[in-house]
Amino acid sequence: MIGPEQIAPEQIAYVNARIIDPASNTDTVGALVVFDDEIQAVGADLFPEGVPSHMKSIDCEGHVLCPGLIDMRVFVGEPGSEHNETLATASQAAAAGGVTTIIVMPNTSPVIDDVSLVDFIRRRSRDTAIVNVFPMAALTKNLDGEQITEMGLLLEAGAVAFTDGRQSIMSAQLMRSALSYASTFDALVVHDAEDPSLAKDGAMNEGELASRLGLRGIPTAAETIIVERDMALVKLTGGRYHLAQLSCADTLRVVAQAKKDGLDITCAVSTQHLTLNENDVGDYRTFFKTSPPLRSEDDRLAMIQGLQDGVIDVIVSGHDPQGPASKRLPFGEAAFGTVGLETMLPIALELVHNEQLDLMTLLRAMTSTPADILGLSSGRLTPGAPADFAVLDLGAPYIFVAETLKSRSKNSPFDGRKMQGRILKTIVGGKTVYDYEDQLS
Amino acid sequence: MNTSHISSIEDQNALVFTGNHLLGIEGLSAAEITSLLDLAESYVDFNRQEEKSLTTLCGRTQINLFFESSTRTQASFELAGKRLGADVMNMAVASSSINKGETLLDTAMTLNAMQPNLLVVRHGSSGAVKLLAQKVDCSVVNAGDGQHEHPTQALLDALTIRRNLGCLEGLTVAICGDILHSRVARSNILLLNTMGARVRIIAPPTLLPDHADRLGVEVFHDMRKGLKNVDVVMMLRLQLERMTAALIPSRREYFHHYGLDYDKLAYASPDARVMHPGPMNRGMEIASAVADDLNISLIHEQVEMGVAIRMAVLDALSRERSGGDQ
Repeated sequence: MIGPEQIAPEQIAYVNARIIDPASNTDTVGALVVFDDEIQAVGADLFPEGVPSHMKSIDCEGHVLCPGLIDMRVFVGEPGSEHNETLATASQAAAAGGVTTIIVMPNTSPVIDDVSLVDFIRRRSRDTAIVNVFPMAALTKNLDGEQITEMGLLLEAGAVAFTDGRQSIMSAQLMRSALSYASTFDALVVHDAEDPSLAKDGAMNEGELASRLGLRGIPTAAETIIVERDMALVKLTGGRYHLAQLSCADTLRVVAQAKKDGLDITCAVSTQHLTLNENDVGDYRTFFKTSPPLRSEDDRLAMIQGLQDGVIDVIVSGHDPQGPASKRLPFGEAAFGTVGLETMLPIALELVHNEQLDLMTLLRAMTSTPADILGLSSGRLTPGAPADFAVLDLGAPYIFVAETLKSRSKNSPFDGRKMQGRILKTIVGGKTVYDYEDQLS
Repeated sequence: MNTSHISSIEDQNALVFTGNHLLGIEGLSAAEITSLLDLAESYVDFNRQEEKSLTTLCGRTQINLFFESSTRTQASFELAGKRLGADVMNMAVASSSINKGETLLDTAMTLNAMQPNLLVVRHGSSGAVKLLAQKVDCSVVNAGDGQHEHPTQALLDALTIRRNLGCLEGLTVAICGDILHSRVARSNILLLNTMGARVRIIAPPTLLPDHADRLGVEVFHDMRKGLKNVDVVMMLRLQLERMTAALIPSRREYFHHYGLDYDKLAYASPDARVMHPGPMNRGMEIASAVADDLNISLIHEQVEMGVAIRMAVLDALSRERSGGDQ
């Protein structure tokens, strides 16, 4: 006999949790109740008389319960390079990393520059992915940097922002048009800033190490010049602008000044640029070939300071799966990029354990701030918000092994690194999509 | 004397060089460099004999794997191997089908399966030879990787200098020209610093690597100032592509400021010698008259020393391997 009460979704209470919600600046021991796919209640004193018997109760044993991460910069190989990553494998990697929403880049084959392709990503995600997937659509057709895409229609189809992914827009006129036109719909323009003429043939940060290794360097000016130009264009157009990644102190100063001037801009840094520097390239290690390149230690420390000061808004993984065919090559010929979805939180926690950054600031840059920038209702532990959250053991120490990654590509720069902080559970829309205990069996 | 009775040339001292590969000058000690130079010295005399065949590497297979085309370096390694009795095979990958879609590591594995004893590799990417060396079981000699190192060139330059000026320690050597793109410059800077010479580099800023001053050299943009009282002038080849890349404006402007002629050479020490790794652009980086002046130019001797150095390197690497110390 199946009664109606068994078909109806049950309430699940996550109790004895250290609830951290950056949106409300909350850090308290309490409980969170999920009903169906939403958060129904959250707080310190939800159950003074114990959890009611009709609720399923899950004991978090004092571990952290925080909003699921929202990763604004994820490259996936679908369509076109499924051998590197599919939406399904990327979503499994995300779930294992406590990431409940991934924003996928349009740099696929074909390029996501058309309504039907946005629709393809949404359908494939619905059918195969276990976390939320939102596409950024191309800013210019075929990422050619020549003609802007149908932003209005693409927004209606479900694109959350516009970017050419790893391509920089070189024409100032086109960037002006794109920002200006996007403002019609209050759409967000996301830009990866690097002057290709200055970065030409470059493989790593320009500096002493590149000189010694005989590798062509990419100067920080390649990034700063474009950001300075973009700031002037944002001022001119009033468009909404998000700098996809920054990597150096010089750019940080430009962004800080622009914010001081009241421009509507935000920016992100990747976990790699927060935790690694150019010296990690060492002996031509291609897993440390990133774009933008890993910079100097001073630049890395500036990135941490930028987060503390609120100049840097968001932390991304910059997840960019690359198989052996594109990484097991001489450094200059190897592809840029590292996977990062599964490690973004544990590696970033290094900064918290080292007391370089507080946990609330760190989590905010991975949850509520990206949600606010993208206009998502998730990223917060509020009644009515999607039940997207993660349970973490902040202290668990282990040695990370890249071979264990869920991602189809294993190009992680953190293989063999000592990490502290483990994702115990990831819940998306009320459903548990990752449980650490299942991995042990 | 019947050379067929000579199985190998024994140097007086035990060989200090103990590597399995020669991938670069970086990491070599002064003693290792000296022992290679000493061993090469004995091959110089041998190479001047009528009969030049040894059995040192008899039965060994040497493969010259050149991903970048080269005439003189490849010929030099080929001669060196053959004079030591090795079976030498040349693979010009740049012009063969092996390069079509096959990665460097696939090529390495393919060749490794053929069980060579020595691989001599040139590749256009910095670090590529080291990458390849990690995947094969035999000894690897770097014959030039990208803009990184060209160790046998630095060794032959050192041998040439030592034979003409007695020693390396205390000398002042100026390296002039396209330092930025030069693996020869990098290896020479490392070697000369290790051996106690003072190194100056002379070039316009567009042809210098970033932070060049941290490479253990004095940097000059004015050639006359840079050449003042130097004992050795090493010129580098300037490739014509550098002009299209807007690094220098024209051939004549470059020669005017950075071409070596008697006028600029007059600032150097009266006994200064001139070197060039070849191939030369006469009238571009060096005046013909200077290049051909037998009293000061060591350019032909460099080529001769190249064979001797490569014999020493091949010999040294083979000794190490036959010792079973892998």
